[in-house]
Amino acid sequence: MNSIILRVGTRYLCGILVLFSLYMLIRGHNEPGGGFIGGLIGSTGFVLFAIACGTADARAALKVLPQNIAMAGLGIALLAGIAAALFGDALFTGQWLFINETADSKGIPLSTVLVFDIGVYLVVFGSILSIVFAMEEEI
Amino acid sequence: MTDTATATKPTGNGLVGVVPVGIALLLFGWFLSLAPAIADGQSLRFVWDWVPSLGISLSFLLDGLSLTFALLISGIGAMVLLYSNTYLAGHPQFARFALFLTSFMLAMLGLVLADNLIGLFVFWELTTITSYLLIGFGHDTEKGRRSALQALFVTGAGALALLAGFILLGTSMGSFELSVILAQADELKAHALYLPILILILAGTFTKSAQFPFHFWLPNAMAAPTPVSAFLHSATMVKAGVYLMARLHPGMSGTDVWFWTLTIAGAFTAVFASVLALRQTDLKQALAYTTLMALGTLTLFLGQTSGYAMTAFATFLIVHSLYKASLFLVVGCIDHATGTREADVLGGLGRAMPVTAFAAGLAALSMAGFPPFLGFIGKELKYAGILAIGSEPFLFASALLLANALMFAVAGIVALRPFWQKTGKPLPRTPHEAPWPMLLGPVVLAVLGALFGVNPDLLQVSLVDPTVKSLLGSIEDAKELKLWAGVNMPLILSIATVALGTALYLGHKRLRSALGRLVEAAPNFDRGWDRFLVGLKGFAAWQTRIIQPGVLRRYIFATFATVLIAVGGTMIARQAWPALPDLSDVTFQNIALVLLISAGAILTAITSSRVAAMAALGVVGIGVAMIFIVFSAPDVAITQLLVETLVVVLVAVALLRLPVLEKDGPDRRPLDAILAGTIGLSVTLVLLAVLETPIDLRLTDYFEATSWPGAFGRNIVNVILVDFRALDTFGEVAVVVIAALSAYALLRTTHPRKDP
Repeated sequence: MNSIILRVGTRYLCGILVLFSLYMLIRGHNEPGGGFIGGLIGSTGFVLFAIACGTADARAALKVLPQNIAMAGLGIALLAGIAAALFGDALFTGQWLFINETADSKGIPLSTVLVFDIGVYLVVFGSILSIVFAMEEEI
Repeated sequence: MTDTATATKPTGNGLVGVVPVGIALLLFGWFLSLAPAIADGQSLRFVWDWVPSLGISLSFLLDGLSLTFALLISGIGAMVLLYSNTYLAGHPQFARFALFLTSFMLAMLGLVLADNLIGLFVFWELTTITSYLLIGFGHDTEKGRRSALQALFVTGAGALALLAGFILLGTSMGSFELSVILAQADELKAHALYLPILILILAGTFTKSAQFPFHFWLPNAMAAPTPVSAFLHSATMVKAGVYLMARLHPGMSGTDVWFWTLTIAGAFTAVFASVLALRQTDLKQALAYTTLMALGTLTLFLGQTSGYAMTAFATFLIVHSLYKASLFLVVGCIDHATGTREADVLGGLGRAMPVTAFAAGLAALSMAGFPPFLGFIGKELKYAGILAIGSEPFLFASALLLANALMFAVAGIVALRPFWQKTGKPLPRTPHEAPWPMLLGPVVLAVLGALFGVNPDLLQVSLVDPTVKSLLGSIEDAKELKLWAGVNMPLILSIATVALGTALYLGHKRLRSALGRLVEAAPNFDRGWDRFLVGLKGFAAWQTRIIQPGVLRRYIFATFATVLIAVGGTMIARQAWPALPDLSDVTFQNIALVLLISAGAILTAITSSRVAAMAALGVVGIGVAMIFIVFSAPDVAITQLLVETLVVVLVAVALLRLPVLEKDGPDRRPLDAILAGTIGLSVTLVLLAVLETPIDLRLTDYFEATSWPGAFGRNIVNVILVDFRALDTFGEVAVVVIAALSAYALLRTTHPRKDP
């Protein structure tokens, strides 16, 4: 698509969308959001980029092959599940670590559940982009 | 005269040729050490629970019958492996061959030792597969591939029937253990399912042991290397069917069906095969047909239940394995030395290959049934057994007489003429004596045939009597093996056999041409096989054209129509109509949404503009998302909106760049619309019916209660996804990756990637 407005605007839009997707990912546990939604929003940003500037530029901006991102996400999700076995629980039991926990606030919660969600995010992100990029180049 | 060819040829394959021989010898020694216990009358059993919930265990039983087979398999296996180390010396794929042959030997041992029906079936199929690999070892010839495939299909189809028979047998007798089943013999014979079980199991055993009309794969299997034929098609694999029938004999014999089926099939195969054996000029083919004859004879005797018949069976089993394996290996030596196997061309080899000639002579004398060889004892017992048959002894005895006479003639053709007769025709290579690893097998086996003939007591006590005990239940019924039993009917029949056999041998050339004309006129199963395969492939192609035409519309139509018939048909059949729902709290919002979605759907269906169809699809998606918002499901609504956007993008990319297609036939959209509408209606009715039943809210309560305290999350949907049901999500995510990679691969293969 040969629109210079879209081309320039998309660079910023894509960045904002990726940032927004990370925000949706992290807020998912207590508010609407989560890994799937984050992944969808993030990939939408790059799909917009591909439509505006062409898939070559989009692939270069992504730097990594989208298939690799998807597989990495799958591996991270698996590791998050297996990590529970290291602590003696059943597979995929969430292991929680609270930093700065005080009597009236939970502090900063870190968990394998969040790692699993990050894995889901990467899977969705990578899968959608691999299909869309291939279709854009193909057809 | 030195033969430079052998001077430069490698004489072995190193370690990979010797290790299998060692394994076989170890197994043989182990079984031999267990022989005294079996001779005492014990039977050894070993059980390992494999799938206890289904009653499948790996149980092994060593009694007389299985010990006989195990010794034959491991002993002949050791010699065949040693032989092939030299026969295939320097062959680039020898390691593979050794692997296949050893796997086959182990699978066969598992088969004869198995006491569990399913375990036995697993080993049965393992022998089918390994023998396919072995027959197809010469896979660069068309004939080799075809023969291997034919053997696989015929025995494989029989094996399917066998599995069905086994399952019926196991479920009707309450256990899959053979020892348990055979102990309930009377119940089995009187059972309502006895006939189907028998038919299915016999289908399996007749295909494996090449009884008429499933015999045609065995002569073609001679395309395998000679050691393979010596092992599989004379001593072991084809005898698997005979073994199974013998193993089931205590439980299933005695009925008329069993008697007549086995007797007629066995007798016919025996006579038919021995007549055809006379016609062959290729030595290996002649031996293949005589193997068929032996299998027919063994089947014939398994049909009966008298002591003579069972003793004849046990003895002939051993006799046949010994001389047949020996003769096959001798033919391999001849082939290796001279380069040909044609009986018309070979002659005068006695001088150049004396040891081979000696082994061949001994084996042939055993095959022809001369005293004092074991073959003679076997023949006497066979005649005694056939005369003790329940009905029509005269008919079957004459059939057996004819078959034995023909065997006598073939023994002469295969083992005597190549060595002692002069043909004057030139041979492709100058013959020389075979190296000792190739001679050891034939000599040992042939000498054993002579030794056991002169002194059969050891054989009787250790193998024959326990085998008869396995078959009939007690040692008492076993008859004695002796060379001279007085002048009786069997002896007279033996003399008649010798006379008839000699006449046939002397006139075999003239008989051959007459037989040739007869065989051409008869229906040929082998050619029928080719036509059957062509027909099968044609049927498969026709069926695929109808079911998988490549048009996406037709797949979706077929899928939805089937769902409609299944769901709607069930509702109509059971009159399970839901009551009309309570529509009193329907707001203006809901009605507007329904109208919006319906408008979008209808527009998608009737418009002929691609852009309008895409936009209408988007409207439908957004309408569904708004339903989720109205009913307070924000996560689902967000996901739906985003997915909708992406779908519109993808569809735009695909649809807008497709070329304008020509109309191919009348407009089918009204029919599709009707189908779509009806499916929608039936799904609605199903949902209304489901909503009528009270919902079990236990899970909902649990999630509500545990989400914050236990899982530290207030968004219950997300907590369910990534914590409570994380394993499910992991599976879904894996599917997403697989789908994406598959789609990517499919998109990539049609066009090469353009330059970035």
